[in-house]
Amino acid sequence: MELVWDGMVKAFELLLRGDREVLGITFLTLQVSGLATLISVIIGVPLGVFLALAVFPGRNVVVSIVNFGMGLPPVVVGLWVSIFLWRSGPLGFLNMMYTPGAIIVAQAIIASPIVTGFTIAAIGQLNHKIKLQILALGASRLQLLWLLIREARMGLIAAVIAGFGGVISEVGASMMVGGNISGYTRVLTTATVMEVSKGNFDIAIAISVILMLLAYTITFALTMLQQKDRHS
Amino acid sequence: MLKRNLVLAAVVLFGLFLAGCQSKTEKAPREAVKPPAVKDVILATTTSTQDSGLLEVLIPDFEKKTGYKVKPIAVGTGQALKMGEKGEADVLLTHAMSAEKPLVDSGVAVNYKLIMHNDFVVIGPENDPAGVKQAKDSAEASKKIAEKGSVYISRGDDSGTHKQELSIWKVAGINPKGMKWYQETGSGMGQTLNVANEKQGYTLTDRATYLAQKKNLKLVIVAQGDKALLNIYHVMQVNPEKFPKVNGAGAKAFVEYLVSPETQKIISQFGRDKYGESLFYPDAGKKAEELGKK
Repeated sequence: MELVWDGMVKAFELLLRGDREVLGITFLTLQVSGLATLISVIIGVPLGVFLALAVFPGRNVVVSIVNFGMGLPPVVVGLWVSIFLWRSGPLGFLNMMYTPGAIIVAQAIIASPIVTGFTIAAIGQLNHKIKLQILALGASRLQLLWLLIREARMGLIAAVIAGFGGVISEVGASMMVGGNISGYTRVLTTATVMEVSKGNFDIAIAISVILMLLAYTITFALTMLQQKDRHS
Repeated sequence: MLKRNLVLAAVVLFGLFLAGCQSKTEKAPREAVKPPAVKDVILATTTSTQDSGLLEVLIPDFEKKTGYKVKPIAVGTGQALKMGEKGEADVLLTHAMSAEKPLVDSGVAVNYKLIMHNDFVVIGPENDPAGVKQAKDSAEASKKIAEKGSVYISRGDDSGTHKQELSIWKVAGINPKGMKWYQETGSGMGQTLNVANEKQGYTLTDRATYLAQKKNLKLVIVAQGDKALLNIYHVMQVNPEKFPKVNGAGAKAFVEYLVSPETQKIISQFGRDKYGESLFYPDAGKKAEELGKK
Protein backbone atom coordinates (compact mmCIF):
# COMPACT_ATOMS: atom_id res chain seq x y z
CA MET A 1 0.00 0.00 0.00
CA GLU A 2 3.00 2.24 0.48
CA LEU A 3 3.41 2.00 -3.28
CA VAL A 4 -0.05 3.45 -3.88
CA TRP A 5 0.69 6.37 -1.60
CA ASP A 6 4.04 6.96 -3.32
CA GLY A 7 2.21 6.92 -6.64
CA MET A 8 -0.36 9.47 -5.47
CA VAL A 9 2.36 11.76 -4.16
CA LYS A 10 4.24 11.36 -7.42
CA ALA A 11 1.11 12.19 -9.44
CA PHE A 12 0.61 15.49 -7.66
CA GLU A 13 4.31 16.19 -7.81
CA LEU A 14 4.34 15.66 -11.59
CA LEU A 15 1.25 17.83 -12.04
CA LEU A 16 2.29 20.63 -9.72
CA ARG A 17 5.84 20.75 -11.01
CA GLY A 18 4.37 20.91 -14.50
CA ASP A 19 6.52 18.00 -15.72
CA ARG A 20 6.77 18.72 -19.43
CA GLU A 21 6.74 15.12 -20.52
CA VAL A 22 3.72 14.15 -18.47
CA LEU A 23 1.83 17.30 -19.44
CA GLY A 24 2.64 16.60 -23.08
CA ILE A 25 1.34 13.04 -22.80
CA THR A 26 -1.80 14.23 -21.00
CA PHE A 27 -2.46 16.89 -23.60
CA LEU A 28 -1.93 14.46 -26.46
CA THR A 29 -4.31 11.96 -24.85
CA LEU A 30 -6.98 14.61 -24.53
CA GLN A 31 -6.44 15.73 -28.10
CA VAL A 32 -6.43 12.27 -29.66
CA SER A 33 -9.35 10.85 -27.71
CA GLY A 34 -11.27 14.13 -27.96
CA LEU A 35 -10.94 14.23 -31.74
CA ALA A 36 -11.75 10.54 -32.06
CA THR A 37 -14.91 11.12 -30.00
CA LEU A 38 -15.81 14.14 -32.10
CA ILE A 39 -15.46 12.09 -35.31
CA SER A 40 -17.52 9.29 -33.82
CA VAL A 41 -20.25 11.80 -32.89
CA ILE A 42 -20.24 13.20 -36.42
CA ILE A 43 -20.65 9.68 -37.80
CA GLY A 44 -22.63 8.06 -35.01
CA VAL A 45 -25.38 10.58 -34.22
CA PRO A 46 -26.75 10.98 -37.78
CA LEU A 47 -26.38 7.26 -38.40
CA GLY A 48 -28.09 6.45 -35.12
CA VAL A 49 -30.94 8.88 -35.78
CA PHE A 50 -31.37 7.40 -39.25
CA LEU A 51 -31.43 3.85 -37.97
CA ALA A 52 -33.84 4.76 -35.20
CA LEU A 53 -36.35 6.35 -37.56
CA ALA A 54 -35.90 4.53 -40.85
CA VAL A 55 -37.98 1.59 -41.92
CA PHE A 56 -36.33 -0.76 -44.36
CA PRO A 57 -35.90 -4.52 -44.70
CA GLY A 58 -32.96 -5.83 -42.70
CA ARG A 59 -32.95 -2.82 -40.37
CA ASN A 60 -32.82 -5.03 -37.31
CA VAL A 61 -29.82 -6.86 -38.69
CA VAL A 62 -27.99 -3.54 -39.21
CA VAL A 63 -28.90 -2.44 -35.67
CA SER A 64 -27.66 -5.75 -34.30
CA ILE A 65 -24.35 -5.25 -36.10
CA VAL A 66 -24.04 -1.78 -34.55
CA ASN A 67 -24.82 -3.20 -31.12
CA PHE A 68 -22.21 -5.89 -31.66
CA GLY A 69 -19.72 -3.18 -32.69
CA MET A 70 -20.18 -1.47 -29.32
CA GLY A 71 -18.04 -4.21 -27.85
CA LEU A 72 -15.33 -4.28 -30.54
CA PRO A 73 -12.08 -5.31 -28.85
CA PRO A 74 -9.56 -2.45 -29.27
CA VAL A 75 -6.73 -4.86 -30.11
CA VAL A 76 -8.74 -6.28 -32.99
CA VAL A 77 -9.38 -2.77 -34.30
CA GLY A 78 -5.68 -2.01 -33.81
CA LEU A 79 -4.65 -5.06 -35.80
CA TRP A 80 -6.98 -4.27 -38.71
CA VAL A 81 -6.06 -0.61 -38.82
CA SER A 82 -2.38 -1.69 -38.81
CA ILE A 83 -2.93 -4.04 -41.74
CA PHE A 84 -4.39 -1.16 -43.75
CA LEU A 85 -1.87 1.47 -42.69
CA TRP A 86 1.35 -0.54 -43.01
CA ARG A 87 3.61 0.54 -45.83
CA SER A 88 2.73 -2.71 -47.58
CA GLY A 89 -0.97 -2.22 -46.88
CA PRO A 90 -3.62 -0.65 -49.14
CA LEU A 91 -3.38 2.73 -47.38
CA GLY A 92 0.39 2.63 -46.88
CA PHE A 93 0.91 5.61 -49.17
CA LEU A 94 -0.70 7.84 -46.53
CA ASN A 95 2.32 7.29 -44.25
CA MET A 96 0.01 7.28 -41.27
CA MET A 97 1.30 4.29 -39.31
CA TYR A 98 2.83 5.28 -35.97
CA THR A 99 1.32 8.77 -35.99
CA PRO A 100 -1.28 10.38 -33.71
CA GLY A 101 -3.59 10.36 -36.76
CA ALA A 102 -3.48 6.56 -36.82
CA ILE A 103 -4.58 6.43 -33.18
CA ILE A 104 -7.42 8.86 -33.91
CA VAL A 105 -8.62 6.64 -36.77
CA ALA A 106 -8.51 3.49 -34.65
CA GLN A 107 -10.24 5.17 -31.70
CA ALA A 108 -12.91 6.69 -33.95
CA ILE A 109 -13.64 3.18 -35.24
CA ILE A 110 -13.94 1.94 -31.65
CA ALA A 111 -16.19 4.83 -30.53
CA SER A 112 -18.48 5.15 -33.57
CA PRO A 113 -20.58 2.02 -32.92
CA ILE A 114 -20.87 3.01 -29.25
CA VAL A 115 -22.20 6.47 -30.13
CA THR A 116 -24.44 5.03 -32.87
CA GLY A 117 -25.87 2.36 -30.57
CA PHE A 118 -26.63 4.80 -27.77
CA THR A 119 -28.20 7.20 -30.26
CA ILE A 120 -30.49 4.51 -31.64
CA ALA A 121 -31.61 3.73 -28.10
CA ALA A 122 -32.05 7.40 -27.12
CA ILE A 123 -34.13 8.31 -30.17
CA GLY A 124 -35.93 4.98 -30.14
CA GLN A 125 -37.30 5.44 -26.65
CA LEU A 126 -38.94 8.79 -27.42
CA ASN A 127 -42.69 8.54 -27.49
CA HIS A 128 -43.67 7.74 -31.04
CA LYS A 129 -46.46 10.30 -30.98
CA ILE A 130 -44.00 13.14 -30.49
CA LYS A 131 -42.93 12.77 -34.10
CA LEU A 132 -46.49 13.09 -35.34
CA GLN A 133 -47.09 16.02 -33.05
CA ILE A 134 -44.05 17.93 -34.29
CA LEU A 135 -45.00 17.25 -37.90
CA ALA A 136 -48.57 18.34 -37.19
CA LEU A 137 -47.23 21.65 -35.91
CA GLY A 138 -45.83 22.21 -39.37
CA ALA A 139 -42.15 21.49 -38.81
CA SER A 140 -39.89 20.83 -41.78
CA ARG A 141 -37.97 17.59 -41.94
CA LEU A 142 -34.77 19.23 -40.66
CA GLN A 143 -36.65 20.92 -37.84
CA LEU A 144 -38.15 17.58 -36.93
CA LEU A 145 -34.73 15.95 -36.68
CA TRP A 146 -33.36 18.81 -34.64
CA LEU A 147 -36.29 18.71 -32.23
CA LEU A 148 -35.98 14.96 -31.82
CA ILE A 149 -32.27 15.30 -31.09
CA ARG A 150 -33.05 18.02 -28.55
CA GLU A 151 -35.66 15.83 -26.97
CA ALA A 152 -33.24 12.93 -26.70
CA ARG A 153 -30.26 14.98 -25.55
CA MET A 154 -29.80 13.17 -22.23
CA GLY A 155 -29.36 9.91 -24.05
CA LEU A 156 -27.17 11.53 -26.69
CA ILE A 157 -24.81 13.04 -24.13
CA ALA A 158 -24.69 9.60 -22.53
CA ALA A 159 -23.60 8.39 -25.97
CA VAL A 160 -20.75 10.92 -26.03
CA ILE A 161 -19.71 10.00 -22.48
CA ALA A 162 -19.67 6.30 -23.34
CA GLY A 163 -17.75 6.88 -26.57
CA PHE A 164 -15.16 9.06 -24.89
CA GLY A 165 -14.83 6.63 -21.99
CA GLY A 166 -14.30 3.81 -24.43
CA VAL A 167 -11.42 5.43 -26.26
CA ILE A 168 -9.57 7.27 -23.51
CA SER A 169 -9.23 4.01 -21.60
CA GLU A 170 -8.17 1.72 -24.44
CA VAL A 171 -4.55 0.70 -24.81
CA GLY A 172 -4.41 -2.13 -27.35
CA ALA A 173 -5.12 -0.10 -30.46
CA SER A 174 -3.03 2.91 -29.39
CA MET A 175 -0.05 0.68 -28.72
CA MET A 176 -0.32 -1.13 -32.05
CA VAL A 177 -0.95 1.73 -34.44
CA GLY A 178 0.79 4.46 -32.46
CA GLY A 179 3.84 2.54 -31.27
CA ASN A 180 4.13 4.42 -27.95
CA ILE A 181 6.70 6.84 -29.38
CA SER A 182 7.95 9.29 -26.78
CA GLY A 183 6.71 12.84 -27.33
CA TYR A 184 4.73 11.81 -30.40
CA THR A 185 2.28 8.94 -29.92
CA ARG A 186 2.72 8.12 -26.25
CA VAL A 187 -0.64 8.49 -24.53
CA LEU A 188 -1.49 7.95 -20.87
CA THR A 189 -2.53 4.32 -21.27
CA THR A 190 0.50 3.21 -23.32
CA ALA A 191 2.79 5.14 -20.97
CA THR A 192 1.28 3.21 -18.06
CA VAL A 193 1.98 -0.13 -19.74
CA MET A 194 5.54 0.92 -20.49
CA GLU A 195 6.29 2.17 -16.99
CA VAL A 196 4.97 -1.09 -15.56
CA SER A 197 7.29 -3.10 -17.78
CA LYS A 198 10.15 -0.82 -16.78
CA GLY A 199 9.33 -1.59 -13.17
CA ASN A 200 8.56 2.07 -12.36
CA PHE A 201 5.38 1.27 -10.50
CA ASP A 202 5.20 4.63 -8.73
CA ILE A 203 5.26 6.52 -12.03
CA ALA A 204 2.76 4.04 -13.50
CA ILE A 205 0.37 4.72 -10.63
CA ALA A 206 0.93 8.46 -10.98
CA ILE A 207 0.08 8.34 -14.69
CA SER A 208 -3.00 6.23 -14.05
CA VAL A 209 -4.18 8.75 -11.44
CA ILE A 210 -3.72 11.53 -13.98
CA LEU A 211 -5.63 9.47 -16.56
CA MET A 212 -8.53 8.99 -14.19
CA LEU A 213 -8.53 12.68 -13.20
CA LEU A 214 -8.65 13.64 -16.87
CA ALA A 215 -11.39 11.14 -17.70
CA TYR A 216 -13.42 12.27 -14.70
CA THR A 217 -13.04 15.98 -15.47
CA ILE A 218 -14.36 15.51 -18.99
CA THR A 219 -17.14 13.21 -17.83
CA PHE A 220 -18.07 15.70 -15.11
CA ALA A 221 -18.33 18.53 -17.64
CA LEU A 222 -20.48 16.41 -19.94
CA THR A 223 -22.66 15.32 -17.03
CA MET A 224 -23.23 18.95 -16.06
CA LEU A 225 -24.29 19.66 -19.62
CA GLN A 226 -26.55 16.62 -19.54
CA GLN A 227 -28.22 17.37 -16.24
CA LYS A 228 -28.36 21.16 -16.27
CA ASP A 229 -32.05 21.64 -17.10
CA ARG A 230 -33.30 18.66 -15.23
CA HIS A 231 -35.56 20.72 -12.98
CA SER A 232 -36.78 23.21 -15.53
CA MET B 1 -28.10 26.29 -25.89
CA LEU B 2 -27.08 22.72 -26.60
CA LYS B 3 -26.15 23.61 -30.14
CA ARG B 4 -23.93 26.45 -29.02
CA ASN B 5 -22.25 24.24 -26.47
CA LEU B 6 -21.55 21.54 -29.01
CA VAL B 7 -20.15 24.06 -31.47
CA LEU B 8 -17.99 25.47 -28.70
CA ALA B 9 -16.73 21.99 -27.82
CA ALA B 10 -15.93 21.33 -31.45
CA VAL B 11 -14.03 24.59 -31.78
CA VAL B 12 -12.07 23.90 -28.61
CA LEU B 13 -11.15 20.40 -29.77
CA PHE B 14 -10.12 21.66 -33.16
CA GLY B 15 -8.02 24.34 -31.50
CA LEU B 16 -6.32 21.69 -29.40
CA PHE B 17 -5.61 19.74 -32.55
CA LEU B 18 -4.04 22.73 -34.26
CA ALA B 19 -2.02 23.55 -31.17
CA GLY B 20 -0.78 19.98 -31.16
CA CYS B 21 0.29 20.16 -34.79
CA GLN B 22 2.16 23.34 -34.05
CA SER B 23 4.13 21.91 -31.17
CA LYS B 24 5.30 19.10 -33.44
CA THR B 25 6.80 21.44 -35.99
CA GLU B 26 8.50 23.41 -33.25
CA LYS B 27 10.61 20.42 -32.36
CA ALA B 28 13.02 20.99 -35.24
CA PRO B 29 16.61 21.01 -34.06
CA ARG B 30 17.95 24.33 -32.90
CA GLU B 31 21.38 23.98 -34.40
CA ALA B 32 22.08 24.59 -38.05
CA VAL B 33 21.68 20.98 -39.11
CA LYS B 34 20.77 20.51 -42.74
CA PRO B 35 17.20 19.17 -42.64
CA PRO B 36 16.96 15.73 -44.25
CA ALA B 37 14.55 15.05 -47.10
CA VAL B 38 12.54 12.38 -45.27
CA LYS B 39 12.67 13.02 -41.54
CA ASP B 40 11.01 10.00 -40.00
CA VAL B 41 13.13 6.95 -39.31
CA ILE B 42 11.30 3.90 -37.99
CA LEU B 43 13.50 1.88 -35.68
CA ALA B 44 12.22 -1.59 -34.83
CA THR B 45 14.02 -2.87 -31.79
CA THR B 46 13.95 -5.22 -28.86
CA THR B 47 12.25 -4.30 -25.60
CA SER B 48 15.52 -4.40 -23.64
CA THR B 49 16.86 -1.25 -25.33
CA GLN B 50 13.73 0.62 -24.23
CA ASP B 51 13.16 -0.97 -20.83
CA SER B 52 16.79 -0.39 -19.82
CA GLY B 53 16.51 3.28 -20.77
CA LEU B 54 19.29 3.24 -23.38
CA LEU B 55 17.09 4.55 -26.20
CA GLU B 56 16.08 7.57 -24.15
CA VAL B 57 19.72 8.58 -24.11
CA LEU B 58 20.71 7.73 -27.68
CA ILE B 59 17.70 8.89 -29.68
CA PRO B 60 17.52 12.53 -28.55
CA ASP B 61 21.28 12.80 -29.14
CA PHE B 62 20.97 11.35 -32.64
CA GLU B 63 18.02 13.61 -33.46
CA LYS B 64 19.91 16.67 -32.30
CA LYS B 65 22.99 15.79 -34.32
CA THR B 66 21.26 14.85 -37.58
CA GLY B 67 17.80 16.44 -37.66
CA TYR B 68 16.08 13.09 -38.17
CA LYS B 69 13.10 12.05 -36.11
CA VAL B 70 13.34 8.50 -34.84
CA LYS B 71 10.20 6.49 -34.17
CA PRO B 72 11.31 3.61 -31.96
CA ILE B 73 8.94 0.66 -31.96
CA ALA B 74 9.99 -1.55 -29.07
CA VAL B 75 8.83 -5.09 -29.77
CA GLY B 76 10.59 -8.42 -29.45
CA THR B 77 13.49 -9.22 -31.77
CA GLY B 78 11.33 -11.73 -33.68
CA GLN B 79 8.69 -9.12 -34.47
CA ALA B 80 11.30 -6.45 -35.20
CA LEU B 81 12.92 -8.72 -37.80
CA LYS B 82 9.49 -9.48 -39.30
CA MET B 83 8.87 -5.74 -39.64
CA GLY B 84 12.18 -5.54 -41.48
CA GLU B 85 11.24 -8.40 -43.79
CA LYS B 86 8.06 -6.57 -44.76
CA GLY B 87 9.78 -3.22 -45.17
CA GLU B 88 7.71 -1.72 -42.32
CA ALA B 89 10.79 -0.43 -40.53
CA ASP B 90 13.85 1.43 -41.79
CA VAL B 91 16.46 0.22 -39.35
CA LEU B 92 16.60 -2.70 -36.92
CA LEU B 93 18.47 -3.04 -33.63
CA THR B 94 18.14 -6.64 -32.48
CA HIS B 95 19.93 -9.39 -30.58
CA ALA B 96 19.53 -12.82 -32.14
CA MET B 97 22.33 -13.56 -34.60
CA SER B 98 20.87 -16.86 -35.79
CA ALA B 99 17.61 -15.14 -36.71
CA GLU B 100 19.33 -12.08 -38.17
CA LYS B 101 21.52 -14.08 -40.53
CA PRO B 102 18.75 -15.11 -42.99
CA LEU B 103 17.82 -11.45 -43.47
CA VAL B 104 21.40 -10.51 -44.22
CA ASP B 105 21.84 -13.49 -46.57
CA SER B 106 18.68 -12.72 -48.50
CA GLY B 107 19.65 -9.08 -48.87
CA VAL B 108 16.69 -7.75 -46.88
CA ALA B 109 19.11 -6.30 -44.35
CA VAL B 110 22.24 -4.44 -45.40
CA ASN B 111 24.94 -2.53 -43.58
CA TYR B 112 24.90 -5.16 -40.78
CA LYS B 113 27.04 -3.91 -37.92
CA LEU B 114 27.99 -5.23 -34.50
CA ILE B 115 27.13 -2.58 -31.90
CA MET B 116 27.48 -3.91 -28.39
CA HIS B 117 27.00 -6.86 -26.13
CA ASN B 118 26.16 -7.68 -22.61
CA ASP B 119 25.12 -11.02 -21.25
CA PHE B 120 22.13 -12.99 -20.24
CA VAL B 121 21.86 -14.19 -16.68
CA VAL B 122 19.69 -16.87 -15.14
CA ILE B 123 17.88 -15.46 -12.15
CA GLY B 124 15.79 -17.19 -9.55
CA PRO B 125 14.58 -17.13 -5.94
CA GLU B 126 17.13 -16.34 -3.25
CA ASN B 127 16.85 -19.80 -1.67
CA ASP B 128 17.55 -21.42 -5.07
CA PRO B 129 15.25 -24.47 -4.71
CA ALA B 130 16.71 -26.24 -7.76
CA GLY B 131 20.30 -25.74 -6.64
CA VAL B 132 21.18 -23.94 -9.86
CA LYS B 133 24.09 -22.11 -8.27
CA GLN B 134 26.08 -25.36 -8.24
CA ALA B 135 25.66 -25.85 -11.99
CA LYS B 136 28.78 -25.38 -14.10
CA ASP B 137 26.98 -23.77 -17.03
CA SER B 138 23.58 -22.61 -18.27
CA ALA B 139 22.67 -25.97 -19.83
CA GLU B 140 23.29 -27.80 -16.57
CA ALA B 141 21.32 -25.10 -14.77
CA SER B 142 18.38 -25.82 -17.07
CA LYS B 143 18.68 -29.54 -16.37
CA LYS B 144 18.56 -28.95 -12.63
CA ILE B 145 15.47 -26.77 -12.95
CA ALA B 146 13.75 -29.43 -15.08
CA GLU B 147 14.70 -32.27 -12.68
CA LYS B 148 13.30 -30.40 -9.70
CA GLY B 149 10.33 -29.15 -11.65
CA SER B 150 10.87 -25.63 -10.29
CA VAL B 151 8.75 -22.88 -11.81
CA TYR B 152 10.38 -21.46 -14.92
CA ILE B 153 8.99 -18.34 -16.58
CA SER B 154 9.65 -18.08 -20.29
CA ARG B 155 9.16 -15.03 -22.50
CA GLY B 156 7.40 -17.20 -25.06
CA ASP B 157 7.23 -14.29 -27.50
CA ASP B 158 9.81 -15.18 -30.15
CA SER B 159 12.06 -12.40 -28.87
CA GLY B 160 15.86 -12.56 -28.89
CA THR B 161 15.87 -13.61 -25.25
CA HIS B 162 13.29 -16.30 -25.94
CA LYS B 163 15.34 -17.64 -28.87
CA GLN B 164 18.39 -17.72 -26.62
CA GLU B 165 16.46 -19.55 -23.92
CA LEU B 166 15.23 -22.17 -26.38
CA SER B 167 18.75 -22.79 -27.66
CA ILE B 168 19.92 -23.42 -24.09
CA TRP B 169 17.12 -25.97 -23.55
CA LYS B 170 18.22 -27.60 -26.77
CA VAL B 171 21.81 -27.89 -25.56
CA ALA B 172 20.49 -29.35 -22.31
CA GLY B 173 18.50 -31.88 -24.33
CA ILE B 174 15.17 -30.96 -22.75
CA ASN B 175 11.92 -29.95 -24.35
CA PRO B 176 10.15 -27.95 -21.63
CA LYS B 177 7.14 -27.01 -23.76
CA GLY B 178 3.93 -28.14 -22.13
CA MET B 179 5.53 -29.05 -18.79
CA LYS B 180 3.54 -27.94 -15.76
CA TRP B 181 6.44 -25.98 -14.29
CA TYR B 182 7.18 -24.19 -17.57
CA GLN B 183 5.10 -21.05 -18.06
CA GLU B 184 5.14 -18.66 -21.01
CA THR B 185 4.18 -15.00 -20.52
CA GLY B 186 4.18 -13.89 -24.15
CA SER B 187 5.28 -10.42 -23.00
CA GLY B 188 8.34 -8.21 -22.90
CA MET B 189 11.29 -8.67 -20.55
CA GLY B 190 10.14 -6.16 -17.96
CA GLN B 191 6.70 -7.69 -17.67
CA THR B 192 8.17 -11.20 -17.57
CA LEU B 193 10.46 -10.21 -14.69
CA ASN B 194 7.40 -9.00 -12.80
CA VAL B 195 5.70 -12.35 -13.38
CA ALA B 196 8.79 -14.35 -12.40
CA ASN B 197 9.06 -12.26 -9.25
CA GLU B 198 5.45 -12.86 -8.23
CA LYS B 199 5.70 -16.59 -8.90
CA GLN B 200 9.22 -16.82 -7.50
CA GLY B 201 10.36 -18.69 -10.58
CA TYR B 202 13.55 -18.93 -12.57
CA THR B 203 13.94 -16.99 -15.79
CA LEU B 204 16.51 -15.94 -18.35
CA THR B 205 16.99 -12.19 -18.69
CA ASP B 206 19.41 -9.78 -20.28
CA ARG B 207 21.55 -8.16 -17.62
CA ALA B 208 20.55 -4.61 -18.55
CA THR B 209 16.83 -5.07 -17.95
CA TYR B 210 17.55 -7.06 -14.78
CA LEU B 211 19.76 -4.31 -13.34
CA ALA B 212 17.27 -1.63 -14.30
CA GLN B 213 14.50 -3.48 -12.43
CA LYS B 214 16.47 -5.04 -9.62
CA LYS B 215 14.99 -2.63 -7.07
CA ASN B 216 11.58 -4.30 -7.43
CA LEU B 217 12.74 -7.89 -7.59
CA LYS B 218 13.29 -10.58 -5.00
CA LEU B 219 15.27 -12.60 -7.51
CA VAL B 220 19.04 -13.06 -7.64
CA ILE B 221 21.50 -14.13 -10.28
CA VAL B 222 21.99 -17.90 -10.03
CA ALA B 223 23.97 -18.59 -13.21
CA GLN B 224 26.10 -16.39 -15.43
CA GLY B 225 29.30 -16.22 -17.38
CA ASP B 226 29.34 -19.04 -19.91
CA LYS B 227 29.58 -18.40 -23.61
CA ALA B 228 26.04 -19.52 -24.36
CA LEU B 229 24.88 -16.51 -22.35
CA LEU B 230 26.47 -13.83 -24.53
CA ASN B 231 23.91 -11.29 -25.71
CA ILE B 232 25.05 -9.61 -28.90
CA TYR B 233 23.31 -6.62 -30.46
CA HIS B 234 23.53 -5.80 -34.15
CA VAL B 235 22.11 -2.91 -36.10
CA MET B 236 21.12 -3.19 -39.75
CA GLN B 237 19.44 -1.17 -42.43
CA VAL B 238 16.41 -2.50 -44.24
CA ASN B 239 17.46 -2.60 -47.90
CA PRO B 240 15.93 0.48 -49.61
CA GLU B 241 16.43 -1.17 -53.00
CA LYS B 242 13.96 -3.88 -52.02
CA PHE B 243 11.45 -1.56 -50.38
CA PRO B 244 11.16 1.84 -52.06
CA LYS B 245 9.30 3.35 -49.09
CA VAL B 246 12.18 2.68 -46.71
CA ASN B 247 14.09 5.74 -45.56
CA GLY B 248 17.54 4.54 -46.62
CA ALA B 249 19.40 7.76 -45.89
CA GLY B 250 17.95 8.05 -42.39
CA ALA B 251 18.65 4.40 -41.61
CA LYS B 252 22.24 4.76 -42.83
CA ALA B 253 22.70 7.83 -40.66
CA PHE B 254 21.45 5.89 -37.64
CA VAL B 255 23.81 2.97 -38.28
CA GLU B 256 26.71 5.38 -38.68
CA TYR B 257 25.69 7.17 -35.52
CA LEU B 258 25.67 3.94 -33.49
CA VAL B 259 29.13 2.82 -34.61
CA SER B 260 30.73 6.26 -34.21
CA PRO B 261 33.32 6.49 -31.42
CA GLU B 262 31.33 9.15 -29.57
CA THR B 263 28.19 7.02 -29.42
CA GLN B 264 30.18 3.95 -28.45
CA LYS B 265 31.51 5.94 -25.54
CA ILE B 266 28.00 6.95 -24.48
CA ILE B 267 27.00 3.26 -24.61
CA SER B 268 29.94 2.21 -22.45
CA GLN B 269 29.10 4.87 -19.85
CA PHE B 270 25.37 4.20 -19.84
CA GLY B 271 24.07 3.04 -16.48
CA ARG B 272 27.36 3.37 -14.60
CA ASP B 273 26.19 6.24 -12.45
CA LYS B 274 22.97 4.46 -11.53
CA TYR B 275 23.99 0.80 -11.23
CA GLY B 276 27.72 1.01 -10.63
CA GLU B 277 28.42 -1.09 -13.70
CA SER B 278 27.97 -0.75 -17.43
CA LEU B 279 24.79 -2.20 -18.89
CA PHE B 280 26.24 -2.63 -22.38
CA TYR B 281 29.77 -3.08 -23.72
CA PRO B 282 30.48 -1.29 -27.02
CA ASP B 283 31.85 -3.51 -29.78
CA ALA B 284 31.83 -1.49 -33.01
CA GLY B 285 34.48 -2.74 -35.43
CA LYS B 286 34.93 -6.07 -33.65
CA LYS B 287 33.86 -9.45 -34.93
CA ALA B 288 31.10 -11.32 -33.10
CA GLU B 289 33.23 -14.49 -32.98
CA GLU B 290 35.89 -12.67 -30.98
CA LEU B 291 33.51 -11.81 -28.16
CA GLY B 292 33.70 -13.86 -25.02
CA LYS B 293 37.27 -14.98 -25.70
CA LYS B 294 38.81 -12.94 -22.96
